[in-house]
Amino acid sequence: MSGVSIRELGQHAFARGLTTRQLDALAALAVSVEWPAGCRLFEEGDKAARLWLLRSGRVALDLRVPGRERILVETLGPGDELGLSWLTSAAQWQFGAIAQLPVSAFEFSSAALVDLCEADHELGYQLTRRLLVTAIARLQAARIRILDLYAAPAPAAGGTA
Amino acid sequence: MPDRDVPDDDAAAQPWHMVPDDLDRLHGALTAAGYRVIGPRLAGNAIGLGELASARELPFGWGVTLAPGGYRLRQRGDNAAFGHSAGPGSWKEFLHPPRELLWSATRADDGGGFRAEAELRQQPDKLAFLGVRPCDLRAIQIQDRVLGYPAHPDSAYARRRAEVFIVAVNCTEPGETCFCASMDTGPLAGPGYDLLLTELVGESGHEFVVGVGSAAGRELLADLALRPAEPGIVRHAREAVSDASEHMGRTMDAGGLRELLAASHDAARWDDVASRCLTCGNCTMACPTCFCTSVEDVTDLSGDHAERWQSWASCFELDFSQLHGGPVRASGVSRYRQWLTHKLGTWHDQFGSSGCVGCGRCIVWCPVGIDLTEEIAALRDELAPANESGEPA
Amino acid sequence: MTLSQVPASYRVSSRRDETHDTVTLTLEPAGDPIAAVRAGQFTMLYAFGIGEIPISVSGRPGQHALAQTIRAVGAVTTALCAMPAGQIVGVRGPFGTCWDEADAAGRDLLLVAGGIGLAPLRSALLAALSDRQRYRRVIALIGARSPAELVFGDEIDDWRASGAEVMVTVDRADASWHGNVGVVTQLIRRTGVDPPNTTALICGPEVMMRLTARSLLATGMSAGNIRLSLERNMQCGVAECGHCQLGPLLLCRDGPVVSYQVAEPLLATREL
Repeated sequence: MSGVSIRELGQHAFARGLTTRQLDALAALAVSVEWPAGCRLFEEGDKAARLWLLRSGRVALDLRVPGRERILVETLGPGDELGLSWLTSAAQWQFGAIAQLPVSAFEFSSAALVDLCEADHELGYQLTRRLLVTAIARLQAARIRILDLYAAPAPAAGGTA
Repeated sequence: MPDRDVPDDDAAAQPWHMVPDDLDRLHGALTAAGYRVIGPRLAGNAIGLGELASARELPFGWGVTLAPGGYRLRQRGDNAAFGHSAGPGSWKEFLHPPRELLWSATRADDGGGFRAEAELRQQPDKLAFLGVRPCDLRAIQIQDRVLGYPAHPDSAYARRRAEVFIVAVNCTEPGETCFCASMDTGPLAGPGYDLLLTELVGESGHEFVVGVGSAAGRELLADLALRPAEPGIVRHAREAVSDASEHMGRTMDAGGLRELLAASHDAARWDDVASRCLTCGNCTMACPTCFCTSVEDVTDLSGDHAERWQSWASCFELDFSQLHGGPVRASGVSRYRQWLTHKLGTWHDQFGSSGCVGCGRCIVWCPVGIDLTEEIAALRDELAPANESGEPA
Repeated sequence: MTLSQVPASYRVSSRRDETHDTVTLTLEPAGDPIAAVRAGQFTMLYAFGIGEIPISVSGRPGQHALAQTIRAVGAVTTALCAMPAGQIVGVRGPFGTCWDEADAAGRDLLLVAGGIGLAPLRSALLAALSDRQRYRRVIALIGARSPAELVFGDEIDDWRASGAEVMVTVDRADASWHGNVGVVTQLIRRTGVDPPNTTALICGPEVMMRLTARSLLATGMSAGNIRLSLERNMQCGVAECGHCQLGPLLLCRDGPVVSYQVAEPLLATREL
């Protein structure tokens, strides 16, 4: 773990459009972290208290189901945010997370982020917007997956294809 | 066979004179030259197109009264042979048959393979079309462009088409639903005929002025030994045709239709016409340029003999646009929009001209009387830019 | 009868089961071959007495043999997928426009495939990899329903060895899967694109192609550099039966490969 410079943070997609002052405030809260492949980041049900900005590698979200091995729900990679559940009142991870490939990321304490946003509403608005956009994109992607577009089409009555 | 593509400058300058009895001599000359003559004739309660055993089978003295969704024969009170507007049929029945065997094959002995049956490759009949209206002449040329004549000389369409002898007939009496003048396809026939008749019937008698449009036409006429037409009657004929363009049953503002229809996908008018349209497809069957077909593969019970048949199809059929288990165009709105947008709009993109010749058949044969000239006018109104006060024009 | 309408006879020289419902047939001419096929074009494949369907070529262009990948979804495709080696198949074509991947010389070539859409793109990928120096990056983003339904999965390592960057994602993982899980558009950001210098080829279900094209536009790519392979009911293949119309386009002649600049307003219109 080590400190993060404004320049490093500024290169992440999440930071695009933030002012230097805002980047400075955020960088002060960020630490650089790494996990080797196969390392578990958190379990479903753990207290959700972190936001990570992934820089490299791949993280898999998974779910434990009795009688089955862990189910892979979704994978996240460079440029993605990991860890949104601290925004809800339950503040519990809904899924587990494990590093599929060696991962490097910027880590933030969600409590420190919330304090920062309370003190600086403009920065709070910017961060909340970005997280909301991410949530919308994931919702849309999840809906598309439910449609099962790659499934074979139902044959038409009397069709010949 | 004289080259039909070579324009015949001498012949064009010399119109000839015919009396009604000469029609039968013309018919005789055509059959002697090996043609089966197809022309208008009474069939049930309409004037359809069929094979004529002689020119006497033409519908002398018969006319028609046309309206949206209405067609009635009427006695004219004179003996005009061609005094009627387009009937339910069109020349596409003979050039682009409603049902046609594309090929057949038998399973070969080495299992899985098949051998096409070559004996089906027969020469098509030579057909002479007697009484082609200017709108229908243009319709034939529009279908030529779609179906590959003369671009693909080996196709069944091209081989049939190359043999056709066309006797066109100018219009002097447009029908109530005609708008060829708006579509620039009549009432004067454009090039592409072998012979062109203008029928004059009135107090001064019943006669024809005959124009020659090709070397084949000139050659056929030579056997008839007609006398040249007097300048007075030639002028009379010319005036009768140009007068006709002032008396069209309908007009259509045909300018910019490609752009208008391209911009009209979300127009409310489509819902309006769809509430009336039965998607019965009569318009596509009657239209002389509609060309869509479907293909069907069939076998006999043994499974050893297979045939591929082609038959007329209509974009109004629900499964015309079938894809992955359902139609792309399911609603009546989308199917009517497809037909009209194609006919008057995207036909330009696909084939370089309008698909409509102004014959009016779709208006007559629509059971609910949808009139595309009215629909286009309504679309123009709906899509017109707002006037200065900001209200729709 | 027009002899040119009769399908040419091709023999199945080999077959490979890609998934439980998808087969790649390798076809060799049993008589006169059809004209050379370019990547993106399609043929009409005929099963004797049953019927014909349009299938894009999936093999490397310019070969004597034709590779065609077929998914069994109806009577004709089921019959074709059941054909053993040695069986005769009818072939008409080639028809339609090609991917024209070669015009991306000096640029990044990005292929985005959804499901069976990888089959038509494979021909462009193999053509590009056989002339690898022509392009800067060659990237393939592949989305499949599940690991079991990934087609050409065993070729991916070869593609990487030939200079392609390949990322695969599945909608639904199984216990053996240790790769990406999620929709294929989520891979776009992770792979990093250089929008002004990229030509993108997209193939898959129409909804997937619309979403992918929009995602690419959002990165700053221009619609003219994005190409889709569109599909409609096709019967004659020669622009004479009218079934394959999409607005002003006759897809057997003006497609199936269409630039997104042309396709976007057409796909945006309901029931066009």
